[in-house]
Amino acid sequence: MSDRLTVRKTYKLYLGGAFPRSESGRTYEVTDSRGHFLANAAWASRKDARDAVVAARAAFAKWSAATAYNRGQVLYRVAEVMEGRAAQFAEEVAAGEGLSGSKARAEVDAAIDRWVWYAGWTDKLAAVLGSSNPVAGPYFGFSMPEPTGVVAVLAPQRSSLLGLVSVLAPVLAGGNTAVVVSSKGRPLPAITLGEVLATSDVPGGVVNLLTGDAAEIGPWLAEHADVDAIDLAGTSGPLAMELERSAAGTVKRVLRAPAEEPDWGGDPGLSRLRPFLETKSVWHPIGL
Amino acid sequence: MTSLFEYAPALESRSIVDLRPSYGLFVDGEFTEGTGTPLKTLNPATEEVLSEVATASDADVDRAVRAARRAFVKTWGPMRPADRGKYLFRIARLLQERAREFAVLETLDNGKPIRESRDVDVPLAAAHFFYHAGWADKLEHAGLGSAPRPLGVAGQVIPWNFPLMMLAWKIAPALATGNTVVLKPAETTPLTALLFAEVCQQADLPPGVVNIVTGAGETGRAVISHPDVDKVAFTGSTEVGRSIARTVAGTHKRLTLELGGKAANIVFDDAPVDQAVEGIVRGIFFNQGHVCCAGSRLLVQESVHDEVVAALQRRIGTLRVGDPLDKNTDLGAINSAPQLERIRELVDAGDAEGAHRWQPDGDLPARGYWFKPTVFTGVSSAHRIARDEVFGPVLSVLTFRTPDEAVAKANNSTYGLSAGVWSEKGSRILSITSKLRAGVVWANTFNEFDPTSPFGGYKQSGYGREGGRQGLAAYLQEDNR
Repeated sequence: MSDRLTVRKTYKLYLGGAFPRSESGRTYEVTDSRGHFLANAAWASRKDARDAVVAARAAFAKWSAATAYNRGQVLYRVAEVMEGRAAQFAEEVAAGEGLSGSKARAEVDAAIDRWVWYAGWTDKLAAVLGSSNPVAGPYFGFSMPEPTGVVAVLAPQRSSLLGLVSVLAPVLAGGNTAVVVSSKGRPLPAITLGEVLATSDVPGGVVNLLTGDAAEIGPWLAEHADVDAIDLAGTSGPLAMELERSAAGTVKRVLRAPAEEPDWGGDPGLSRLRPFLETKSVWHPIGL
Repeated sequence: MTSLFEYAPALESRSIVDLRPSYGLFVDGEFTEGTGTPLKTLNPATEEVLSEVATASDADVDRAVRAARRAFVKTWGPMRPADRGKYLFRIARLLQERAREFAVLETLDNGKPIRESRDVDVPLAAAHFFYHAGWADKLEHAGLGSAPRPLGVAGQVIPWNFPLMMLAWKIAPALATGNTVVLKPAETTPLTALLFAEVCQQADLPPGVVNIVTGAGETGRAVISHPDVDKVAFTGSTEVGRSIARTVAGTHKRLTLELGGKAANIVFDDAPVDQAVEGIVRGIFFNQGHVCCAGSRLLVQESVHDEVVAALQRRIGTLRVGDPLDKNTDLGAINSAPQLERIRELVDAGDAEGAHRWQPDGDLPARGYWFKPTVFTGVSSAHRIARDEVFGPVLSVLTFRTPDEAVAKANNSTYGLSAGVWSEKGSRILSITSKLRAGVVWANTFNEFDPTSPFGGYKQSGYGREGGRQGLAAYLQEDNR
């Protein structure tokens, strides 16, 4: 073993394609599963959340208009870049979640494969969820899925990487942009994922990762008029209900949290794609 | 206005409708008394009281939900899917058989022209049952797994603008997917829902599968907040939709909302003007503008503004406002006094904010609730008449210069239900339709509906779809065998 002193990483937010500190100047101590110090994470504020929404909205036009093939390649690129940093992710997941090295590596592998799975969905959604509509009249009618817009994602608290990717990737695959609040206690893999996203051709602002407390930031996102949908995965109980009530004020699409956090290993089907897709039906007369 | 050849009235006879002096609730297959204070329902064209209708109290709603639950567990849930489908086919046929009766009753209770109730509302209601009937035994092809499951009891609250059609949009998919329903019609238009209850009896639909509870807002609240309701479906105002979403928050209930709109109808300089004018008229004056997807914001390319507005005013001058039972009538009565008040309030705001109001000459009937077709020009995006849903025959005209400006103005709304595009250029149509943030886009047409075509909004116009394969998701839990 070398006696070289390691260079530690400063964990910051990932916002608008950059890695700023919280504008509030706040940080909080992140420990491993046994309570040993890992890092001081940025403690995102309400203003950071609002900046993130602005960045996500600005990025929406381009990301939602990208071809499905292009989006698929970008998501696949995320998997490629993650693969190269798998060891680092495994170390962070093992420390944060208290998993053995091999179990942590399995989580990372599953997370990478999940990007690949969703990468392959981008150019099938229109065929699977869209339709040609045989209306009773001289009209050409079709329906197609379109992204909902800016989605606030309150990421799972327990599964800091596989859970995070499982909720984020479907939002992006559909063409939405995201403002993510990471697991509060296990935020570090989220920021490392941000580093991967920043180097994977995901345009800046498409994903914005905030480390901090969903209970603090969530209410601002739930009521924000420029957020179109909210995924409550990382919340439960009275907080989940409060956020759903608050989201009603702007008629947001709400994906409720499961009763208990799942193991994220199963086939998600379309269950996380459909909630963040709209259906547009188009009519045009047929005639000479 | 006088013209060389006046129309002779062509009144549809109302003798086909057998109005009872009072109506009860339809619960567990039977008409029963309600324990709330009864309501009177009026003919808005004459202010004549048509009938007295029961109000369902909390206890009555509870009885209806229990009946629906029993039917879900004992008869409708376990039934062979093909048989469920056959009941829906029966209902579709019965609606067709009694179409004239339904049309006249709808026009009496709602005030809409008989031409529309006869040619649009009732045929589409029957079509919705016929379409969904066929789904009942094919749900494994709906894209929701190999064995999708019904949710249980659906609580449904519908508006007064298309009373029977909205009922069909709610009940047909719910039943086809194996759910049972408790439906509350609007307080001003309950009669066709109660006639539909008779159709359920004629179809021998098992008791409790469909329950109709009449009443006002309190009854609706009781339906959506009942703990044994598994699914809430609402069509109505965004304001009420928000409050329903709050009520449903934190429960197990699934929710779909079809709310307000402020649709942009975009006319480019290469549009066929005569066709566009017909589409503009249909877009805003169909059903007196009591349409959530009405094309209430006309965006005209600046270079053709004067031409389009002049042609539009000429055309509006020929519209006939009056007796809804007259087959010549284009615009019927405003549905209620409160709605007329709301329209007047917003039109006053249009005047006060500096837009220029135009209305055709001619008199309105002395009794009943009426409002002339109205066009505001010189409207800016900041005006209330360009932002708020009027839900009446009031068109706001705005202009644009470039396609990008048209899209930006069209999307500058908290609503996103529908939109229209008029142009002879195919690539432009496809480009604009893809950029509009709205759930239904009509290109070179407007206000077309079909059960095979999913309908519903973006943004604060609600979520969930009605119609098409996509609409089934609102009533099914994805599952695999």
